[in-house]
Amino acid sequence: MPPPSPIVEFREVAKRFGDGPDVLADISFAAQPGDFVALIGPSGCGKSTLLRLIAGLSPVSEGTLTVAGRDPEQAAAELAFVFQDATLLPWLTVAGNVELPQRLRGVPAAARTAARHRALALTGLADRSDYLPRQLSGGQQMRVSLARALTLEPKLLLLDEPFGALDEMTRERLNEELLAIRAQQAWTAFFVTHSVAEAVFLANRVVVLSAGPGRLAEEFAVPLPYPRTADTRLTPAYQELVVRISRRLRSVAPAAVPA
Amino acid sequence: MPRPAAKILLPVLTGVLFLSLWYGVRAVMPPDLRFLLPAPEAIGRALLANGPELARATLNTTEGATLGFLLAVTVSVFAALGLSLSPLMRVSLYPYLMMLQLMPVVVVAPILVLWVGPGLKSVTVITFLICFFPLVVNTTQGLVSTDRQLVELFRLYRARRGQELRLLRIPAALPYFFTGLRIAATLAPIGALVGDYTAGSSAGNGGGLGFQAIIYSSQAKYPALFATAAITCGLGFVFVAGVLVLSRFALARWHEAPDRKDN
Ligand SMILES: Nc1ncnc2c1ncn2[C@@H]1O[C@H](COP(=O)(O)OP(=O)(O)O)[C@@H](O)[C@H]1O
Ligand SMILES: [Mg+2]
Repeated sequence: MPPPSPIVEFREVAKRFGDGPDVLADISFAAQPGDFVALIGPSGCGKSTLLRLIAGLSPVSEGTLTVAGRDPEQAAAELAFVFQDATLLPWLTVAGNVELPQRLRGVPAAARTAARHRALALTGLADRSDYLPRQLSGGQQMRVSLARALTLEPKLLLLDEPFGALDEMTRERLNEELLAIRAQQAWTAFFVTHSVAEAVFLANRVVVLSAGPGRLAEEFAVPLPYPRTADTRLTPAYQELVVRISRRLRSVAPAAVPA
Repeated sequence: MPRPAAKILLPVLTGVLFLSLWYGVRAVMPPDLRFLLPAPEAIGRALLANGPELARATLNTTEGATLGFLLAVTVSVFAALGLSLSPLMRVSLYPYLMMLQLMPVVVVAPILVLWVGPGLKSVTVITFLICFFPLVVNTTQGLVSTDRQLVELFRLYRARRGQELRLLRIPAALPYFFTGLRIAATLAPIGALVGDYTAGSSAGNGGGLGFQAIIYSSQAKYPALFATAAITCGLGFVFVAGVLVLSRFALARWHEAPDRKDN
């Protein structure tokens, strides 16, 4: 039985668009506060759709979904979203971009500035406030995007393949930084990724989805203790789990799994 | 990119070659046909001889072109905002905007003179008509082709409609707006000239460059006609250069800032 008051709870949720086929079916799942849930599955199996449901950007077709005990539409203030692309406004400086969500919510300038300083310090970009996005590398742009989400001090952080476009070294470093930030700001995370290694490194729960329609195929607990560091990747427990989950993923998507 | 020195030297060289060609063509022309291609210095003399007249005409044309251009910019911005809010309006109005663009101004000009009266008024209206379409189409396009993911971001953070317009759609549309503005800037002096050609004669204040062209051509004052053409080119250049400077300034954040990828 799941313990009481999950932060995200799916009950028998299905999702389709218009008269189309089910994109997601039979989704029942509860995330507890503090969980780091990695979602992994073949391309097109509905991972992004699942995050959009949680974010209240799209309604469920069947079943119920609650976020912090409420309808997702009403819970928007609790969550932040990091997209695969940095989605920065090119005409705003780093500072302007990071302050945007609070500006949209009418937070006074002084409080915005303070939150921006905190967030940029967490993501290691304190000295880049006046830069324009195009003057930053891809990894730095993603850090700005992350900082923008963190200014809201969300209870729930949704990340849709945020580091998918980055090279492996940058991605690994950002994964380590993400966990370090999480140690300071206790959000619950839903993290969509194509990389089993990334999923195992970050999450305490890895959920494998199958396609057509997307269903929860299997969930893996990751018993590795936090804090995790670069050395965690060298432990046998980590590597064993990566292999096991990769096998499972291959069984749900024989052709679609990258080596 | 060529070096700065080359960027100045090369056009100068082209100019020298062009002038040599000009004199060369004149030299091989039968003398009785040379009036068709006056020597550059003859054009210069005509410019000076007709100075006051041409200055007045230039001022009149510039006034009409500027007023029509500014009117088109203002109206098109509001029209584009309206069109961007409603796909229904876009579908209903686009064919007619298209017809407005395809309408031959030279044919419609006499009608406009009847409607709004001669002189500056019809020159302004004709300039407006010729500038309006590229402005409204480009600006509308810019307002509706905002990056879908950025729109989603604004929705996610529950931005109000006005915030989305002010903080996202309008700044995102600026490059499109300036594309329209550049096109309109090349068209404005032409529009004013066409208007003036039809409607400038009875303006009372002596008409503009188009009217002057009619007079010089009827009087067979060909060097003065060439001088009028040169001034028209210069006027177009000033318009386009003005808009380019403005757009470089406004779009500095998109294109101009130095790269600082130094991490
Ligand atoms: N707005 C939409 N309208 C119609 N179909 C959609 C929409 N969004 C996603 N889909 C469909 O839902 C399926 C899952 O998409 P998505 O959630 O993006 O998959 P993933 O992120 O796992 O790659 C795809 O078949 C996609 O075409
Ligand atoms: Mg996706």
